[in-house]
Amino acid sequence: MQAIGLTIIDWIIILIYFAFVLGIGWYLKKFTRSGEDFFLAGRKNSSWVAGLAFLSANLGALELLGMTGNTFKYGMYVAHFYWIGAIPAMVFLGIYMMPFYYSSRIKSIPGYLKLRFDEKTRVLNGISFAVMTLLVSGINLYAMALVLHTFLGWNWDVSMWVSALTVMGYVTLSGLMSAIFTEIIQFFLIWFGLFLVSILGIIELGSLDQILNRLPESMNTLWSTSSDPSKNGMLVHWAGIVLGLGFVLSFGYWTTDFLVVQRAFSAKDLRAARMTPILASFFKMALPFIVILAGLIAIALSNDPGSGFKLLEDGGRVNYDSALPLLIARYYPSGLVGLGITALLAGFMAGQAGNISAFNTVWTYDIYKSVLNKNASDSHLLWMGRASTVVGVIISLGTAYWAKSFPSIMDYMQAIFSWVNAPLFATMLLGMFVWWITPNGAFWGLVVGMVSSFLMWLGVKFHWFNESIITMSSVQSDMAANFWRAWWAWLICFALTVLISFFTKKKPKEELAGLVKGLTEEKHDAHLPFVKRPVFYAAISIILLIVLNLLFW
Amino acid sequence: MKPIWYFVGLIMIVIGSLIFLTGIYLLLNPPAEKTVLSEIHPNLWWGIIMVLFGGIMFLKTRKQIV
Repeated sequence: MQAIGLTIIDWIIILIYFAFVLGIGWYLKKFTRSGEDFFLAGRKNSSWVAGLAFLSANLGALELLGMTGNTFKYGMYVAHFYWIGAIPAMVFLGIYMMPFYYSSRIKSIPGYLKLRFDEKTRVLNGISFAVMTLLVSGINLYAMALVLHTFLGWNWDVSMWVSALTVMGYVTLSGLMSAIFTEIIQFFLIWFGLFLVSILGIIELGSLDQILNRLPESMNTLWSTSSDPSKNGMLVHWAGIVLGLGFVLSFGYWTTDFLVVQRAFSAKDLRAARMTPILASFFKMALPFIVILAGLIAIALSNDPGSGFKLLEDGGRVNYDSALPLLIARYYPSGLVGLGITALLAGFMAGQAGNISAFNTVWTYDIYKSVLNKNASDSHLLWMGRASTVVGVIISLGTAYWAKSFPSIMDYMQAIFSWVNAPLFATMLLGMFVWWITPNGAFWGLVVGMVSSFLMWLGVKFHWFNESIITMSSVQSDMAANFWRAWWAWLICFALTVLISFFTKKKPKEELAGLVKGLTEEKHDAHLPFVKRPVFYAAISIILLIVLNLLFW
Repeated sequence: MKPIWYFVGLIMIVIGSLIFLTGIYLLLNPPAEKTVLSEIHPNLWWGIIMVLFGGIMFLKTRKQIV
């Protein structure tokens, strides 16, 4: 099964990376003196630093391998995750939501829920986020070990423990600051380590047009086959893409998931915080030229019997995740292989560091300080942040071993996001834009939204009802079910929150100043020339998004 | 403290140099088992691009403190 062999120079490059990230953690420790330094990187980052970290926190190697594999399976439709499934939400966060998040000086998303609604909504979201983060972190760790074992023949336990302990080392030393530093290094390693696959693929196959011409229509377009689900690789209708992915899942993740939003909180001022997701959106738009293009190259090569390219198989089933490692093995000589593997390792570890740094903040401020020790001092919270980092990594390792004994939990990752993030987006949207939404409306709407999403998932999983009730389509796919389930969970949470708010006690308007649109003075950009305003860059980002969609329609 | 771009520059120079030097070695001692497109020597030009990129970042930030 082993696909890639490493030479001594490849090992040296990998070891340099490990030494480098640990060295950075050590170097930054002397600058980490307070809770604000540890949990929010001192709030002094530029929009470029925060923006690249914002993007990189989401750019795990599991995503790189998985999305390249998904492109092999579903075709170009996977690009929707990077374009309509990300850009509008990132721009919306920067333009409309960030002023409320950043100006209220909160340390976490649950912290906003406490100010806008009440303590119980904050604790509910804090606990659900902490559990989700550790679960995802453990599953990521398991996936990393599985990939390294499958493609490099590395020992399962050693690769998992070495990378987990390295992450624990540098996050414990300097918290979010070292997580952000290593995320940015990972960003450049991924571009330099993996973009060359696409370049060499284009050189081998002739041009981008020639690659697309070798694929069936169901695989090489973005929208033209979306009116009939049976005619596209993902078996999904355009309404499912727009409502489920483009609206609920995307906005739910990019505007409320603390893992990514935490990076914007580390920005030095409001303009930098608003520019964080907007700058990130440009790089997000470019990512398909690594992942999607590599997947399309893999399809084109495997359709050509003379190329000698064929995905690996496990027990008769095609291993789609093998597409990217096999392309690395095909094109990369010694040295470049080390760079490619380091890029994947960096992706895994930066994703892990992102999860752990978000977990330690939510645990320390939204669970420990909020419920267990309300009078804790700043130095005690700093200690708690470091201790919870160690505990978080240990729990992640436990989850990884759990995932090893039940490999099918890998399939639940996308579902986990639709349980937690999709309804939370309805709560946030209403809370930020409608002043009369009440604390009880928000709390019960969120509870029922999360439970309904979970029940819909259970109902389909155990055949309590037919999936077509959710997807409104005669052809079925897991991806389409995820999109539609997220939409319904959002709608249920939205409707119930509004309904309960009609009958329950509202917060006085004066308590909501700075937290809700309409009750907050908004003159953030008045002193800036137009070309320096976030809205200018947001408009360019949306125009580019439209152009890309039309280009590959 | 040193800005992040300083560290990005540093690691790009180190890894880019190693890849470039490996490219020279492979040019002088071609391996028996060749990768696809090995005739265009990707190690050489990709290594140089990495060193140039890293060098610019490193030189522009080596005296900065943030």
